[in-house]
Amino acid sequence: MNASTPAGETHNSTSRANEPELMVQFRDVSKHFGDLTVLNHLDLDVRTGEKVAIIGPSGSGKSTLLRALMTLEDIDEGVIMVDDEPLTHMPNASGNLVRANARHLRRVRGKVGMVFQSFNLFPHMSTRQNVMEAPVQVLGLSKKEARERAEELLAMVGLEDKLEHYPSQLSGGQQQRVAIARALAMRPKVMLFDEVTSALDPELCGEVLNVIRRLGDAHSLTMLMVTHQMGFAREFADRVCFFNEGRIHEQGTPDELFGSPQETRTQEFLSAVTQAS
Amino acid sequence: MNELLPLMLQGAWVTVQITFFGSLLAIVAALIGALGRLSPIKPLRWLAIVYIEVFRGSSLLVQLFWLYFVLPMPPFNVSMSAFNVAVIGLGLNIGSYGAEVLRGAIRSVHEGQYEACQALNMTAGQRLRRVILPQALLAAIPPGTNLLIELLKNTSLVSLITLSDLAFRARQLDQATLMTLEIFGLALVMYFVLAQIINFSMRTLERRLARGRMRGGMS
Amino acid sequence: MNFFDWEFAWEILPRLLDASLKTIGITIAGFSIAIVLGLFLAVGRRSRHRWLSWPMTGLIEFIRSTPLLIQVYFLFFVLPNYGFNLTALQAGIIGIALHYACYTAEVYRAGLDAVPRAQWEAVTALNMKPLNAYRKVILPQALRPILPALGNYMISMLKDTPVLSAITVVEIMQRAKNIGSEHFRYLEPITMVGLFFLILSLGLAWFVRRLENRMELAR
Repeated sequence: MNASTPAGETHNSTSRANEPELMVQFRDVSKHFGDLTVLNHLDLDVRTGEKVAIIGPSGSGKSTLLRALMTLEDIDEGVIMVDDEPLTHMPNASGNLVRANARHLRRVRGKVGMVFQSFNLFPHMSTRQNVMEAPVQVLGLSKKEARERAEELLAMVGLEDKLEHYPSQLSGGQQQRVAIARALAMRPKVMLFDEVTSALDPELCGEVLNVIRRLGDAHSLTMLMVTHQMGFAREFADRVCFFNEGRIHEQGTPDELFGSPQETRTQEFLSAVTQAS
Repeated sequence: MNELLPLMLQGAWVTVQITFFGSLLAIVAALIGALGRLSPIKPLRWLAIVYIEVFRGSSLLVQLFWLYFVLPMPPFNVSMSAFNVAVIGLGLNIGSYGAEVLRGAIRSVHEGQYEACQALNMTAGQRLRRVILPQALLAAIPPGTNLLIELLKNTSLVSLITLSDLAFRARQLDQATLMTLEIFGLALVMYFVLAQIINFSMRTLERRLARGRMRGGMS
Repeated sequence: MNFFDWEFAWEILPRLLDASLKTIGITIAGFSIAIVLGLFLAVGRRSRHRWLSWPMTGLIEFIRSTPLLIQVYFLFFVLPNYGFNLTALQAGIIGIALHYACYTAEVYRAGLDAVPRAQWEAVTALNMKPLNAYRKVILPQALRPILPALGNYMISMLKDTPVLSAITVVEIMQRAKNIGSEHFRYLEPITMVGLFFLILSLGLAWFVRRLENRMELAR
């Protein structure tokens, strides 16, 4: 249950009593790109309100995990569940699971939001318009309601003075913060962060990570993030998963995984990463 | 020179009208052609491909003559004024090139834009109308400007189906006065000026639409 | 199709094929001249001497922005007043060649500009003689975009040859019109001419695409 929400934070739902225990479930999920197996019988459970960091070597399929959850990729085997409902599949008349049709996908997809490495802001719209666009078009909000929501979210990410600016007039860190506000405007239950600081100059990472931290502290929003920022993962995440060769190789609390990794691969990866920094 | 000008300007006015209406048709045809070409529905796609290849592949003058000489006769029996033949022929012809330009412009929009729209749960129609097309149309302006100038130059061919445009008046005046150098020289200059007006207008349009955003900025 | 008179079409085919040779001949002759002339124009435009490069640029832009028809009229009707008596065919070929030379000049310029600056610096650093530098390093790379672009312009020129009918050159379109007015049946001749251009331009376009692909492999 939530205590009083801080002033201005109208984003989150008030009662968590109706939320399922597991917000996201990957059940035996596999995906192949031709001969390459990117997701290999992946199992992953994420509790409601949990903050999960996913680390691992490049090209190991971490992004594909997020993208499959965002339905940007199809999966070949297995089922993904969101909010206690199948995402990639749907029950047919006799109760069996079949591949989801477009309508089902659209309905369940709305519970997931994503922030991308390359921001993907709409360059022909101002900051405010970027955040307002989907609530008006998809959620059917009136322009007035959408504008209020946009201004509130942009203030929350610290950009209340950049409402009429265009993306090309903003720094990378500012653009990414707009992208976060834009995703939040859809009131998702799960937020996905796909290497959101990897394209930023080092001095701009902090402002984005701060926003994510504030987001995580204030809301019991379920968050999955693929990141190379080990320090941030260590202090922010509830759980860290080491992803390798298509599946979760090892996972645990930050202290467990960073402090005393059990598997050889994990140890190798972590020592290589700390050597580079 | 003073005797020449009024008649030449009359012809130029006809040229401007044909260019204007032809451009409107060309833009509509280009939009339909490009969207049809990109459509997932096979019959629509094939229709678009046929339209584009036939009008790009055959000669414009053949298309104009076909509309002017063949259509009025059986079995079609469609009689159109020379002006309408001009607008339709030029519009459909340049529209087919425009469809390819627009298709290229649509494909030049970053993949990330599609992914952002998907993540925001927009429908394909909303995505096309609100995100993809605005960016594609802006990118299409430079090659589109060249096509509009092509259209302007191609209007001279309508003089061969007896339309009293600038080229027709030039020829007419030449036969009447034999001031050949002045007439054709003046005609060339007038076309040149019209082309520059098109250039200038499109550049202004592009600047207004771009509105402070860099093309090719990170998106 | 019972409205298309196949017997009539078969009957007029020889006359059309005969004229098609003229069309093809004009294209080959005109384009050969355009390739060479364009080179001179391009070099002149690139010249460091302003008294050469500016007029060249002005001429190229002027000819590209004005209709081929008027330029051909100019050559056919104006030049005789100054002693140059050209036949219709000569004026037509020179006119179309000059027009397209301005396009090929731009192709050369774009192709040379596309060669990365680093290559120019490399040949300087290696102290290569200019002739060798061009032959071994610059031109092979510039040719990659140049050859397909030239191919496409040749196809454009082919489709522009009917313009010459305005100065009494009897190429295939004029022949079709003559047949049409003789027999008062335009459907077959004009449709066949349309098919002629369509088949030739699609065929040549296929060739150009193959050429493009082969050049990509040589990267």
